[in-house]
Amino acid sequence: MIISNTQEIPGKSIVEFFGAVSGSTVRAKHISRDIMAGLKNVIGGELTGYTELLSEARGEAIRRMSGQAEDMGANAIVNVRFATSSVAQGAAELFAYGTAVTVE
Amino acid sequence: MEILSLVVTPVILLGAWISGAILERRHLKNLLLLEGGSRGVLAVTIEDLPEDWHVEACEMVMGNVVISQDYFKRVVASIKGIFGGNIGVLEPLLERARREALLRMKGVAHARGYGTIINVRIETSTLASARRDGKGTAGVEILAFGAAIALSSGRG
Repeated sequence: MIISNTQEIPGKSIVEFFGAVSGSTVRAKHISRDIMAGLKNVIGGELTGYTELLSEARGEAIRRMSGQAEDMGANAIVNVRFATSSVAQGAAELFAYGTAVTVE
Repeated sequence: MEILSLVVTPVILLGAWISGAILERRHLKNLLLLEGGSRGVLAVTIEDLPEDWHVEACEMVMGNVVISQDYFKRVVASIKGIFGGNIGVLEPLLERARREALLRMKGVAHARGYGTIINVRIETSTLASARRDGKGTAGVEILAFGAAIALSSGRG
């Protein structure tokens, strides 16, 4: 599965469109990470635990999106976009969407 | 209790101010060092490639970072917020975070053998605090992503 945020896959041409595919995941932070982040909130700087958590969650959203595209019989997803929203206290939704296509 | 908080708050403020300044200086030094090498990756926001560039492989790469302001800066910002206008104390951290996210993205591309990243986009989102009263922000996430490409001839 080739995934790209460009309109086309560079060096290849699109032969078939399957429509939009998406994947999302809602993650809450672990309590221990929250306590560490609370301390970090005082001194400032990077919240490493959250950085990892969000990148893992985004990876999961992309996997779900790819799964959907695979079921459709596509071999690539173009024009991928991300959206992040805070759905509840301490939880975030990571959403990835794009267009499933076949490229040659 | 009143007296205790009168003593403790300035101590936390001072501590946050000092640690924030130290962390900032260290990070800027590190950023300059890495950006100097820039890992040999060219990152552009354009999507269309020149005709003579032949792409062999393409893959999406991303880099993210979650940051928070130190307590001292948040207090200064909230005081400044009353009067409105430019809140300068909040700017350096966001700028550093964007540079860091871009560097991480380039690092991923470099590690996977790509020399160019096209269609680079940078997104910013705030994460809600886990505190029940909803006060404060847990952090701000900066995400940089783009399509990493490997070129067979011409530039790479």
